[in-house]
Amino acid sequence: MSSEGLDVPAVECTGLVYSLGDNRAVDGVDLRVEPGEVFGLLGPNGAGKTTTIRAITTLLPVAPGMVRVFGLDAAKRKMAVRRVLGYVPQQLSADAGLTGRENVALFARVFDVPRKARAAKVAEALEIVELTAAADRMAKTYSGGMIRRLELAQALVSSPRLLILDEPTIGLDPIARTNVWDRITTARAETGMSVLVTTHYMDEADQYCDRLALMHQGTIRAEGTPAELKAGIDPGATLEDVFRSVAGGTLEPTGGDFRSVRGTRRTATRVG
Amino acid sequence: MISAVSEAPAVPLPGSAERPAVVTALLRMQAMCVVELQKIRHDRTEIYTRAIQPALWLLIFGETFTRLRAIPTGNIPYLDYLAPGIIAQSAMFIAIFYGIMIIWERDSGVLTKLLVTPTPRTALVAGKAFAAGVKAVIQAIIVMVLAAALGVALTWNPLRWLGVMLAVVLGSAFFSCLSIAIAGIVMTRDRLMGIGQAITMPLFFGSNALYPVALMPAWLQVISHINPLSYEVDALRGLLLGTPSELPLDYLVLVAAAALGVFGASALLPRLAR
Repeated sequence: MSSEGLDVPAVECTGLVYSLGDNRAVDGVDLRVEPGEVFGLLGPNGAGKTTTIRAITTLLPVAPGMVRVFGLDAAKRKMAVRRVLGYVPQQLSADAGLTGRENVALFARVFDVPRKARAAKVAEALEIVELTAAADRMAKTYSGGMIRRLELAQALVSSPRLLILDEPTIGLDPIARTNVWDRITTARAETGMSVLVTTHYMDEADQYCDRLALMHQGTIRAEGTPAELKAGIDPGATLEDVFRSVAGGTLEPTGGDFRSVRGTRRTATRVG
Repeated sequence: MISAVSEAPAVPLPGSAERPAVVTALLRMQAMCVVELQKIRHDRTEIYTRAIQPALWLLIFGETFTRLRAIPTGNIPYLDYLAPGIIAQSAMFIAIFYGIMIIWERDSGVLTKLLVTPTPRTALVAGKAFAAGVKAVIQAIIVMVLAAALGVALTWNPLRWLGVMLAVVLGSAFFSCLSIAIAGIVMTRDRLMGIGQAITMPLFFGSNALYPVALMPAWLQVISHINPLSYEVDALRGLLLGTPSELPLDYLVLVAAAALGVFGASALLPRLAR
């Protein structure tokens, strides 16, 4: 019980390192996400946020002891880690050739939601994200905000203990962004799950995250509550000021490779 | 209403932890096949357009070569001889480009999301491979009906048709895994498209789909004997036309090829997610 009890951190990274070719994308990250909190990972393009997320989600091979999710070692117990995760990647990952309900039902199946409970669980997940009325429409007819909410339903249908969202509101208009965050907040309040989110939007991080870590060049440069981080700069500072102080206020020449930038732009175009 | 989601235990789900890997693989195969059928139900365009090429092979190539009598096929007309080859070929054409869909799924985040589910890589690849078989089976049925309409003396024994479906599914599983494995190596759609086109015709011409192996030069006979398409065609011909065939060997080779394909593609699949 101790390793999977409520007192263990939702995520614990210890000296996490990962290289992409010659580039040390993540260079000694120590990170702790407490159970039930919304934790934001901020940083400029190429800071190592997505690589960190991919290590936590078991997509990248890491050494034993570097990443633990609810006490489960991501190197040794991949299947057990995946079973507690709900994951929404940066790209628009809903299948346009299926209805909303079919998209969610697929993830109910691959997370082994029992057959008798499946239809009800799918309906409940769709209700949480307010897509019940559109559930039987093809996903290709959804707006960008609706697709994001559908992906949220896909992630929620397995009742995850940890929800991981990689740039969930990228490319959305302000109303759709608020709507997506409202659904995340509602689901979190109802379930008590932990949320780990990456975002570029400082206002979102300030408003919705309990704690934040700012990454730059593969390392965590600052960590704390939004209030603590702002107070660390000066009393009137905004999170943007904190971001600038960490990132240096200039564009990184290595900020995000071609594929990641292309992927981000493609996502923004598709939701826009 | 939300409570049922919220109150449900996050992990583990009943029985899932102790379940044998083969059961997980079968459940994932079922999930992927259901998705494939749902997609076909929503949009049948691909099914219709893919039927054009095999129809042309039968109508033009088959009818012409039947009249030419250039290829000795014993006591059966060439069109009859050709029909099982075209069924196998059309199923292979669907499967051999399946890796493009995997690359598209990689780019769109679908693959990444599936890789973060409690699904072993082999189960995911097996699921995808047999989902490709769903399309191939539908394609095979269309070609069989077309062949029957052209006067090919096919069997109507349902057990033999089941055997045909099994051979088509196993063949498609192998070729789709081959495609996924190549996708894992070349990583991009354009390269895979080029390689797919480069190997499709050699696989087709290096098999017994169009002509008997005995007519081939020795070096091509060797290729034909290591080409799973030859065993698929042999099984289809034996089942549909009643020609002499080595069904146990055919199925053995097809099962072994599909298993090898699943393991090979599983080893290369994670490269696409990095």
